[in-house]
Amino acid sequence: MLSYALRRLLGAVPTIFVIITIAFFLMRVAPGGPFDQERTLEPQVMANLQAAFGLDLPLWQQYLRYLGNLATGDLGPSFVYRDFSVQQLLGAGLPISVQLGVSALVLALILGGTLGVIAALRQNSPVDYLVIAVATFGITVPNFVVAPVLSLVFGVWLSVLPAGGWQDFSLAHMALPVITLALPQVAVIARLIRGAMLEALRSDHVRTARAYGLPLTMVVGVHALRAASLPVLSYLGPAAAALLTGSVVVETIFGIPGIGRYFVQGALNRDYTLVMGTVVIVAVFVVIFNLLVDLLYAAVDPRVRYG
Amino acid sequence: MRRTARLTMTALVALALGAAAHAEAATYYRGSSGDPETLDTHKTSTVVEAHILRDLLEGLVINDAKGGIAPGVATSWEVSDDGLTYMFHLRDDAKWSDDSPVTAGDFVYSLRRIMNPETGAKYANILYPIKNAEAINKGDMALDSLGVEAVDDQTLQITLEAPTPYFVELLTHQTSLPVHPPSVEKFGNAFVQPGNFVSNGPYKLVSFTPNDKLVMEKNPSFHDADSVAIDRIEYLPFEERATCLRRFEAGEVHSCQEVPREQLASIKTRLGDQLHVAPFLGTYYYAVNGAHAPFDDVRVRQALSMAVDREFLAEEIFSGSMLPAYSLVPPGVSNYVEDQPELAYAHDSMLDREDEAIRLLGEAGFGPDNPLKLEISYNTAEDHRNTATAIAEMWRPLGVEVTFNQRDLSAHYAMLRDDKSHQIARAGWIGDYADPQNFLFLNQSDNPGFNYGAYDNPEYDELMGKAAMETDLDKRAALLAQAEGLFLRDVPQIPLLYYSSTSLVSPKLKGWEDNVRNVHPTRFMSIDD
Amino acid sequence: MPRWTPGCAMADIAHDLAQAPKGRSLWATAWLRLRRNKAAMASLVVLVLYALLGIFGPLLWIHDYRSVYTNYVRAPASLTPYPRAEAIIPGAEAALARARLDVTSVEFDGGTVRVAVTSAREIDPRVTRYLDRSDFFSGARVADMAADGKSALLEADVARLLFVFGTDQNGRDLAARILISIRISMLIGALATSVALVIGVVYGATAGFLGGRIDNVMMRVVDVIYSLPFIFFVILLVVFFGRNIVLMFIAVGAVEWLDMARIVRGQTLSLRRREFVLAAEALGVRRRAIVRRHIIPNVLGPVIVFVTLLIPKVILLESFLSFLGLGVQEPLTSLGVLISEGARNMRAAPWMLIYPSIALTVLLFALNFLGDGLRDALDPKDR
Repeated sequence: MLSYALRRLLGAVPTIFVIITIAFFLMRVAPGGPFDQERTLEPQVMANLQAAFGLDLPLWQQYLRYLGNLATGDLGPSFVYRDFSVQQLLGAGLPISVQLGVSALVLALILGGTLGVIAALRQNSPVDYLVIAVATFGITVPNFVVAPVLSLVFGVWLSVLPAGGWQDFSLAHMALPVITLALPQVAVIARLIRGAMLEALRSDHVRTARAYGLPLTMVVGVHALRAASLPVLSYLGPAAAALLTGSVVVETIFGIPGIGRYFVQGALNRDYTLVMGTVVIVAVFVVIFNLLVDLLYAAVDPRVRYG
Repeated sequence: MRRTARLTMTALVALALGAAAHAEAATYYRGSSGDPETLDTHKTSTVVEAHILRDLLEGLVINDAKGGIAPGVATSWEVSDDGLTYMFHLRDDAKWSDDSPVTAGDFVYSLRRIMNPETGAKYANILYPIKNAEAINKGDMALDSLGVEAVDDQTLQITLEAPTPYFVELLTHQTSLPVHPPSVEKFGNAFVQPGNFVSNGPYKLVSFTPNDKLVMEKNPSFHDADSVAIDRIEYLPFEERATCLRRFEAGEVHSCQEVPREQLASIKTRLGDQLHVAPFLGTYYYAVNGAHAPFDDVRVRQALSMAVDREFLAEEIFSGSMLPAYSLVPPGVSNYVEDQPELAYAHDSMLDREDEAIRLLGEAGFGPDNPLKLEISYNTAEDHRNTATAIAEMWRPLGVEVTFNQRDLSAHYAMLRDDKSHQIARAGWIGDYADPQNFLFLNQSDNPGFNYGAYDNPEYDELMGKAAMETDLDKRAALLAQAEGLFLRDVPQIPLLYYSSTSLVSPKLKGWEDNVRNVHPTRFMSIDD
Repeated sequence: MPRWTPGCAMADIAHDLAQAPKGRSLWATAWLRLRRNKAAMASLVVLVLYALLGIFGPLLWIHDYRSVYTNYVRAPASLTPYPRAEAIIPGAEAALARARLDVTSVEFDGGTVRVAVTSAREIDPRVTRYLDRSDFFSGARVADMAADGKSALLEADVARLLFVFGTDQNGRDLAARILISIRISMLIGALATSVALVIGVVYGATAGFLGGRIDNVMMRVVDVIYSLPFIFFVILLVVFFGRNIVLMFIAVGAVEWLDMARIVRGQTLSLRRREFVLAAEALGVRRRAIVRRHIIPNVLGPVIVFVTLLIPKVILLESFLSFLGLGVQEPLTSLGVLISEGARNMRAAPWMLIYPSIALTVLLFALNFLGDGLRDALDPKDR
């Protein structure tokens, strides 16, 4: 297992290299550059800027330079936030995004798991329909609607929570963003668990366990839930990677200094180095979470083996 | 066990809320429309940065609460008769936040730094009127040949390329603010970071976290510190205008720099005179690419311009937060003629204009059998999309068939500048200084960066050239008005609307004065709880 | 059949199955079982209704989705026709003020307004067009003109317009916009999801079944695509292929199959160690056949659940693509675009958010219940 994990991590290095390479060139083919804004720059001023950032070099040289810097852990200066390096920007935002993402994930797993199990045990009953209805609602209503509504109701009308803003370690400031982030995940997890549970409950070994007269809680807890966790795990890998790297909508609407908005802002501003920084972060997260998921697969289902 | 957990949570919430309430006493929570990209006065380019830098630094001259020009570090100045040499007399009590004196040499250092090509200053060109500035910025001349000289510590002499009647106003722009030379030398590009930043204005920088807040506190070394009433400012960035509105209504910010226009009517009823709408120096227009047929035909351009119901756009699409525009230069500029030129049909009824437009298009060969097909390009934004949709509808009676092409901002402006593949394209211009030249230069044929209409009229260029050399303000104004007259005859760009500034101002915030420059220095305001 | 699962529908199905003739195909059995599921059948009816609304609604509805009613920008939803009685007289005055006429009196009775006007100059008979131009009136005419031509009596019929769901920020009927958006969004949902489904299932099943090194490489490819900045991918599609609705499906499908592939691959990994797969392998059944006959039917359950999650995602993603210029362009619209417009206007014009949201919610509810029904019906262990 350990040697498998190590091999996978080593194997991730070429993957990340491929990602960086494709992303670097993909980005540069897009029209516009970091200094194209509402106000067009004088040609001379533009030339000075390009030179200051090394954008006047041939693309392959820029690429080699980027790789060289990256090897020393330098993600380069941001093209738009000119007082900061990409490390500084991502370093400041990542802990906050992770903090929110983990909270949302935990909340979603607890709520979604419970709802899913209940619905599966009471299949086609009113409880089941209610859970599905609530879950569907969670997926239907997009976060750009949920976030302003929550902020309006709890921040402006009821005045019980801040309408937005961020303070470290303030639960009040975390509550609404975490709920917004967790809501669609609750829905997805509940539905995945429900579906997989139904399947598992009918599987031979669960039936056998039932036949031996094991109590329902134990059957569900040990056998069914274990089998049901497979599709949830498959889903959670990328979902967790996405959650932990922030959400542009939630950050914009609640004013949270995470890294989610850099994905969109960076791309729209053509802030090349910032975009590459986000790509690197996502790539690392994706690799790590997929590895975790694969390892968990083996732990959950002994039939899955790695050689 | 569970109860303890809940109690701890309540305590934490209370603590957090309590902390916020405590800090509120002397703090101005100022909503701003985004993060500053930089605090380096020589790299700055945005309006957000202008507001922030105005509170941190003081230039030779400043904007007062009403946006007028007032003495700053310079207490007085003289202009030579030929309009080429300015002599500024600096106050002797001006100090940096590390208590070192502000000298004329600091300004020489700063103005040279912005012209240094290595700085990569986005806005260097705004100071090109200074002698040799352009050549230096191109790397053709040495830095010390710049027409800026410290006669002594308290006297600064600036020499210009040509008489520039708006030069003193230019100096209120954030690019003319000084930097603290020792910290630039010591920290390099990092001199703007909290802890390193030395300022000479009413406030000093405490902290800055992108997308969170920028905090500044009163600078005790500031020469006029006694009159500064607000102790602390938190600039809060809002990418989303509706977010600021909610936090304003929740009492979490004292002012918002922009208001969601689509909600303007309901905000007016809800918030009454906390909503401030004031004319602003900017024009919203559609460029018609005259480089391609049929848009090289002035009849086609005029017909399209005539048929736009600007009152509808202003009142309904922008809920009254914009004004109908019949000229490129907005009202409220200085150094211009009394009766500003406007489109000939500005006061005609819409129906007459529509009939005339149909006639003109017919003359140009377009009609029911041969409809004019065109594409409107715009950068993605709710307002622009609604405007384009509405204008397409106004052109429909002329038999014009419209398709749309929306791009994100970078792609849109890159296309306007490089490909120029547009037919009709949205653009806007906010004046850097209140002078007609700042709007009319957009259409000079040697200005490919902005001349989206591909206007190439030697007569126009000549008038602009003459105006640039004219020292008599009245004669200059007449020349510029003549140029705008040509522009309006040819409409290479169709003026649609004049911008307004929209702000929310809490009744607790005193001293906010609406003005055409939309500048609101914190030092002239106070918080009344 | 385990009996401890509550709910009598299952028992009925089991009963029905016991009597089912042998050799019925997977789909025929599934259809039989699906018909017993009331929620699923109701959902099917709703979906058919939506399809009909999407196809025929825009043709039959009283307003065209493109028509702009300049007098009715953001008019609230109402079951009584506009204009309101109190708005008619000011409306006539406003229309004629733009003709630079002085209105001396306005009378309104039944369906007609009579306006007496005067002017310092001679009145141009074309002024009736000002009344016609207003959305309040139609059939304006000069009923009487004074000899000197400086005063006149104008008549016009009041135009009754019904906006059951209100109008949008450009003054277009929201109901008509919703109808056209149903057409677009269902198209997007169906096509983009199909692309993702086919690629994802085939790719995931192959990777999971073949396992080992091939699986490893295939999943790394998934990681690479997943990590690339999606926005640039979209921008480049626009640049190289122009704006094209088919491209949008490719863009969405090309990204959304990744999750699907992961889920299918995970299931397959587990399935291929199962007894029946090992047995089939031992019997020399060809791999392709094993994937088709054993793997794919067994992963259908989670796949269907995931599809019901994917469709809303795709429909909402489309509004983001529109933002980048790849999605649908004005005057066409989609549910995602309508909802994001509504979210922006939710305080000033709540109907702009409420009705499109209801339209989407109902659609997705139906899809979900149908999906669950299908999942149950296709469950191979119940066969």
